[in-house]
This record gives sequence, structure tokens and C-alpha cells, in this order.
Amino acid sequence: MRAARTLLTIAVACGMAYAQQAIVLQNATIHTVTKGTFQGSVVIQNGLIGEVGEKVLTPPGAKVIDVSGKHVIPGIIDCHTHIALDSINEGSVSVSSMVVMRDVVNPESMAIYRDLAGGTTTVNTMHGSANAIGGLNVVLKMRWGKDADGLVMKEAKPSIKFALGENPKRQGQGGQSLFGGNVAPRYPGTRMGVEDVIREAFTQAKQYQADWKDYEARRARGESVLPPRRDLKLEPLVEILEGKRLVHAHCYRADEILMLLRVADEFGFKIATLQHALEGYKVADEIKAHGAGVSTFSDWWGYKIEAYDAIPYNAAVLTKKGVLTSLNSDDVGGGDLSTRLNTEAGKTMKYGGLTEDEALALITINPAKQLEIDRYVGSIEAGKQADLVVYDKDPLSMYSKVERVFIDGIQYFDRESDLAARAKKDAEKKGLMEKEKAAEKANEKPGDKPDEKSAAPKSGRPS
Amino acid sequence: MNKRLFPLTLPFIAAAGLVMAAPPPYVAIRGARVFTVSGPVLEKGTVLIKNGLIEAVGDNVTVPAGVTVIEGTGLNVYPGLIDALSTWGIPDAAPAAPAASGARGGGMPAAAPSGPSQPPQPRVRGPEDRPNTFTWVKAADLVKPTDKKLEAARSAGFTTAVTFPKQGILAGHGAVINLGGETSGDIVLDPSAGLYTTFATGGFANYPGSLMGVMAYMRQVWIDAAYYKTAKEAYARNPAGTPRPAYDRALEGVLETHRLLMPATSKVQIERTLRFGAEFKTPFAIYGGQAAYETAADLKKAGVPVILNVKWPVKEKDSDPEEIPSMRTLQLRDKAPTTPATLVAAGVPFAVSSDGLEAPKDIIKALKKSIDAGLKPADAIRALTLSAAEIYGMAGRIGSIEKGKIANLTVVKGDLFDDKAKISMVFIDGKRYLPAPEAPTPPRPASGAPAGEVRQ
Repeated sequence: MRAARTLLTIAVACGMAYAQQAIVLQNATIHTVTKGTFQGSVVIQNGLIGEVGEKVLTPPGAKVIDVSGKHVIPGIIDCHTHIALDSINEGSVSVSSMVVMRDVVNPESMAIYRDLAGGTTTVNTMHGSANAIGGLNVVLKMRWGKDADGLVMKEAKPSIKFALGENPKRQGQGGQSLFGGNVAPRYPGTRMGVEDVIREAFTQAKQYQADWKDYEARRARGESVLPPRRDLKLEPLVEILEGKRLVHAHCYRADEILMLLRVADEFGFKIATLQHALEGYKVADEIKAHGAGVSTFSDWWGYKIEAYDAIPYNAAVLTKKGVLTSLNSDDVGGGDLSTRLNTEAGKTMKYGGLTEDEALALITINPAKQLEIDRYVGSIEAGKQADLVVYDKDPLSMYSKVERVFIDGIQYFDRESDLAARAKKDAEKKGLMEKEKAAEKANEKPGDKPDEKSAAPKSGRPS
Repeated sequence: MNKRLFPLTLPFIAAAGLVMAAPPPYVAIRGARVFTVSGPVLEKGTVLIKNGLIEAVGDNVTVPAGVTVIEGTGLNVYPGLIDALSTWGIPDAAPAAPAASGARGGGMPAAAPSGPSQPPQPRVRGPEDRPNTFTWVKAADLVKPTDKKLEAARSAGFTTAVTFPKQGILAGHGAVINLGGETSGDIVLDPSAGLYTTFATGGFANYPGSLMGVMAYMRQVWIDAAYYKTAKEAYARNPAGTPRPAYDRALEGVLETHRLLMPATSKVQIERTLRFGAEFKTPFAIYGGQAAYETAADLKKAGVPVILNVKWPVKEKDSDPEEIPSMRTLQLRDKAPTTPATLVAAGVPFAVSSDGLEAPKDIIKALKKSIDAGLKPADAIRALTLSAAEIYGMAGRIGSIEKGKIANLTVVKGDLFDDKAKISMVFIDGKRYLPAPEAPTPPRPASGAPAGEVRQ
């Protein structure tokens, strides 16, 4: 015990964050997603996936976990969620690209643990859809127990949220806001206005970009000039123009999808993903031509007018048309769909006849590509980060349960330990409540409660 | 009954009508238990006060002839207690917000009336409208020695407060004030104690309407202020060839800031504020800090002091008996009073505040709870005195009983943290104040009522 602790201390002291005992997940059905499915084993070494195959060499000192009869898949990636945030929308303005979701990450949100227990290891947690151009998103790994900084997946490419359609134009109706308060209406109030907001913002961003280039050029010539004022709203838009920031755009209808693709083409930037895009199947060719991906729902629809023309075949149609497609949860905090994205993926086999690998890709390698983190995660391949989920049954079956979850080679969830710890946690909580009750009783003295006598003179006294 | 002791009344009255107060009298407290805080406790010590300053302190101080002597047997003498985050001295607490005139640094008070019958609030366009920003407001310009709260504070043993305007995101600059004096100017010890910030939002509909919106807004304002400074300097160098920067009172107020006060209560909030506060390259203190027992190491590493809100969280009196609070809530209620002891152990400087408490004496009561939870009384006294002075850069003038410091003293019959202790008197700038008589007790006081609060 002491030796182990000393070893750990040394490892931490040396800054070897990944120095850890090698692990072998032995003899399971390995769904690599990109390299086929087979009976075999996975080696985890220094936080990364080592050897993967039917037969692997057990590294010296490795911990061998027998997972015979179980299934191993890469950690699930949720391309669109709003969990683990203390606030979601800065909907007061039509363009809020100055706000940063990283600022409001709440590492104590239970949704993180629930996601983890559902096999989701990486999430793109985003600004809401209240305005045309929203805030800057953050990709988190569900490293439960770490602080906010420890959750952030630093390798992920920066991104931003856009939104089209009903949500961003809602505040343009004026009067009583859906979210309370009586304020003057906020532009825009129509889909045309949403387009105009995006055009206006990028026109400003181009000017801002030109101002800085002009300044740099003049300074290079030795002129003494004031730099332009830094504008936190426009800086991320310049990054989009320069290809340094991904755009994830909330949308539903085919017409608004085409609008956005045309505006992006005109200003010379790319849309990384169309989010929701329930009518994406209608314009799959145009989406493919632009090079955008789609992150959608399996069969969630009809919850508002713009979600009426949805079909459960959306993901399959888009996949077959060659559009990079994923399924997401759009969870807000409760951890609902994101705890069972595996069965969401499974539905695409029924609706559209995707293969098992294609279905799993919708929640693993495809969202990884959409977030440009596929070099690190999204499949079981040597050299990638060891984000792995062990299921007791086929992961695409609704009867399967998550048994273990590894992130960076560290086991963050284990069903058995979770169940075993519950009694202790309940007892701890009960203890705290009883302690509080006892203290309350001790403070209560007879005659403490105010009666009518003491209350009456107070109100009768002139003040 | 006259509130001041007879021998001191005459010079006081004589001075009252003059613009300049007469020099405070020469007083000695002899043979008392003196808690110097900066040094050892003197079991039979003497403190000599002259012209509002501490002239001498020690075991063997010779008391010159003609000095008013207070026999100190049974008395404990502490440095004047300091409320490190307060609104005392500012009549009616929150200052009236200047009307939003559309000019830069306008306003939008957070609590603007809103309802179906009201005309809609105008929209804030963005950071350029400087929403919820009052950086030009200074507590030093608002404080009045006639504020009714001062007597209650003195009666509870406080001589000094760091008092702040509190409305808005950037609410204004605080002042270190003495809790007694002739004029508003007299009582201000330091007019620039720090800029008080909150994460107050304008509601969903007005910018900034979210926590991250407030944070982004503050970043932009600081960028704008630095730019404003550069532009003004460039203009001053060459007014003929440079565009004239428009005067911006909000940015002027930001540029005067040399200390920030930032909110954080829970562990997550403290971690967030430590990270965020470091961006401003300005010393900052965290106020609130009740869950700092979990983050003491981070605070120590960051070198950030805490102004602790000692209104410890408890179960609400009329809360639903069926409701089961979250584990985190229960843990915070259980452990918050241990925060002071944990901060002492970790070496994190902290002071205490009246923020949210009904009566000044509740601060002492709350600290008693922490003493029961392991805080050494000497450390509690330090938090109330020298630590507060150090956090605000005032340790050269107040916070301990040392020669040359301002004669702010709290004299207690018995031990400050003893239930039976009575505040005997306080000295502020060497002037003596006696506590107001206890308010007439109603036949059966409701528990938790501020029994000692004095109404005038």
C-alpha cells in the first residue's frame, strides 16, 4: 500500500500524468468501428490504446481484466449537448460570439457522471440556439472528479454555435419574451432577418480583419499608428474566415440549410456541421457539395412546426449520400439521450438498414471527424486515446448495459463499484440530515416561537 | 442618557460647531488585557492615546499627568474591529443609479421595473452601452457619518468598515471608513479600497443576460479601458494628428482600479473566479468564499485572499420538511463554519464581512460557531482586525495596537467571544463612543431576532 502510494507520488511528481499500470481487456468482442469487429483483446498503455487484435502480448506487470462474452466499443462522442454548464444562452443579442462556454463549465454537474455511465466519454457542449451567432463551444471529456480545466479536451479544435429558424427569430416577436421579462423586441423576427444578421456580422468581421492587416502592414513600414481596438465579438468570426474555428449550425428546414450554405460559400468559409437538420435528407446533395456534416436525431420530431417534416431515415439517407453524419443528444442537464446514444444508433439499422459498423460510426468516429478530434478518439486503433466502453451485451441492443468506462486509460466508471458504493453514500447523506435535525432541536428552546402577544404590539405601534 | 462619558463630552461639544475638529483628548487605558494582534497579549497592559493615534502601548507605559485614565481591570482591549465588506455608512445602502441617458457609461439598473403595464425596457446593444456599469461611483462620495447603521455597528464593537456600492456588474469603488467622525471627509481612511464586481445579469433578455455574458463583458471592458488609455496618451502627445478619443466615465473608473473584489461561494465558483480573476492582472480578493474549506490549497497557490461571508448557510426555517436537499447542499451547511480554521491552516489570508447578516453583532456570533469548529480565538480576532487591514493595504495605519497607528480600539468587558461579554466602549480616531443602550426587549423575543440592534 505504502509502496503503491510512493510510486504514485513519484509519478505525479515527475509530471507523468499518464504513467499508469498497463491494462489488458481480454477476450471480448472488439468493435473497432474502423477496422472491423472480432473476438480479441485491447491493451491500454500510458493512457493510449496499445495493441489491438485476436491475440495480444500482455505487457509485463499489466493488469488483465477478463471480459469474456462482453463487448468493447470506443467511447461514445456526443456532438451536440448542453450539459455541465452553469448557463447556456446569451440570447440578449443577435450575435454573442464573445461568450465562452469554457467559462461556465460546472464539473460537479451530475449529467457528467450519467453520461459516463451511459458510455459517453466525449461531448461537444455548446451555446444554446437563442441567437443567430451564439457563443464559443467547448469539448469535454467526462473525467468525473476533475475540475473544469481537467475536463476540457485541449486537443479539440475551437468552434462556435450558429442557429437558424424559429429559435433565433423568436425574440423578434416583441412584447413578452418566452423567457420572461418585458423588453423591446430583438432583431431579427424572421428567417430573412436571421440571414441578414449573419451577413452583417461577417461583413463587419471582414472589415475588422482588413483593419488589422492594414495596421500590421503600416507598422511593418515603420509607421507609428494605433492598432484597431480588439473586439471579442469579431475575433472569433475572423477565425472562422481563416478556417481556424469550426461552425456548428442549429437548423431544421431545407430552405434555411441552403441559405446558410450559400452565405458561407459567398463569404468563403465552411460549415462544419448542420445540427439537427431534420430536413437534411431533402438537400443531401447540396450538403455533400459544400462538405458539411450533419448531426441529427434518430427519430425525435414534431415538437415544433419546423420539426414536422422529419423522417427516421434521415441519418441513413444522409450516410448513403456520402454526408458525414452523427447522432447527438441535445441534452440540457438531466442527461437523457446522451446516456443511451447506443440505442439511438441502433435505430438506424431498422430505419434505413445501416450496417452495425455504420450505426456505431454515427456515435463514435463520425462525430470525432466532425469535431476534428478523430486523430485522438472515435475508434479502437493503436495510438489513440484509450477511451473505451465495456458492455455486457451487444452495444446496439436495448438490453445491453455499460459495465466499465475508460477515459485516457483510466477507469472512471465501473457498474459494480457504483452499485456497491450506494449504501455508503445513502448513509452519509442520512447522517448529515440527522446531524442537522439534532442541531435544530438543540437550538429550540421552549417559548421560542413567537405568539400573538409578541406580534401584536409591533403592528400596533406607530412607526 | 448621554452616550459619551462626561469628561469627554465637553471638548466634543465644543468642537461640534467648528469646521475643524479639536484634537481628540489624551487618554490612557491602564492595566487591561491588551490584544495587540501584531505582538503578544499583554496581561496588564497600558495603551496611551494622543491626538487620535496610539502614542504608546506596553507593560510599563508611564502615564503622564493630566491624562484621562480608564482603569482596565476586567477589560479586554482589541484593535478596532473591521467589517471587511459592508454597506455601513452609505445611507439607504444601494446608491441611486444615475439615469441611463444614452451617454456612454449609461446604466440599466438591474432592478428596473418590468411588467405588462410598464413600457418595454430599451435593449442593450452590447458592451458599448456599458450595461450595469457604475465604475465612477465611489463609496467615499456617498458615506455619511450620520448613517443610522453606524451606531449599531459601534455598539457591536466595530470601528471600521470597508464599504461598497453594490449595484450592477461593476458596482463602484469601495472606501475604508471609520464608523464615527464629524464630516464625510473625516471618516474616509482610503477612498480607493477596490472595485466591487458581481456576476449580476440583466435577465435573459438584456445583455449581458448570462454568467458567461457577464464574464465576456468584463473582458471587453478591460480591453476597452487599456485601449482608451493608449488612445488618450497618443492624443496627448500629438493632438493635431490623432483622432480625439471620446471621454468615457466607465473606462475612467476601470483605469483607477488597483484591486478587484470578485464573488465566489461554492467550490466550482471559487475555481472559476480564481481562473477568471487572474486575467485582469490586478490584485483581487474573493468575497463570499463559504466553501473555501475545499479550495484552500488553490487559494494559497493563487495568493488570493478571501472576504468571508460568515452568514453560514442553514436549512431555511420554513422549508418543505419533505424536501431532501442535495448532498452538496448538506455538505456545505455542515462544513462552511470550518472554513476559517481551514484557511488559517493553509495560510490563506481572510477577513470577515457583514454581508447578508441582519445585525453587526451577528458577525461575532457566527465566528463563535467557527471557534466551536476549531478556529483559534486569536485567529478569529486577527481576521476581524489585522488581516482585514492587510488585505486592503491598510496595515500601516490600522488593524493592530502599535505605536503610531490610528487609535481605533474595541474595549470589551470580558472576552469578545464569551456569551456574557459586553462591549464597553470603542475608540475611533482616539474618540470614545459608548454602546447604545440595549433596545427594550419585547416580552418574548422571537428566536434569531436581532435583539441588540439599536434604532435611533
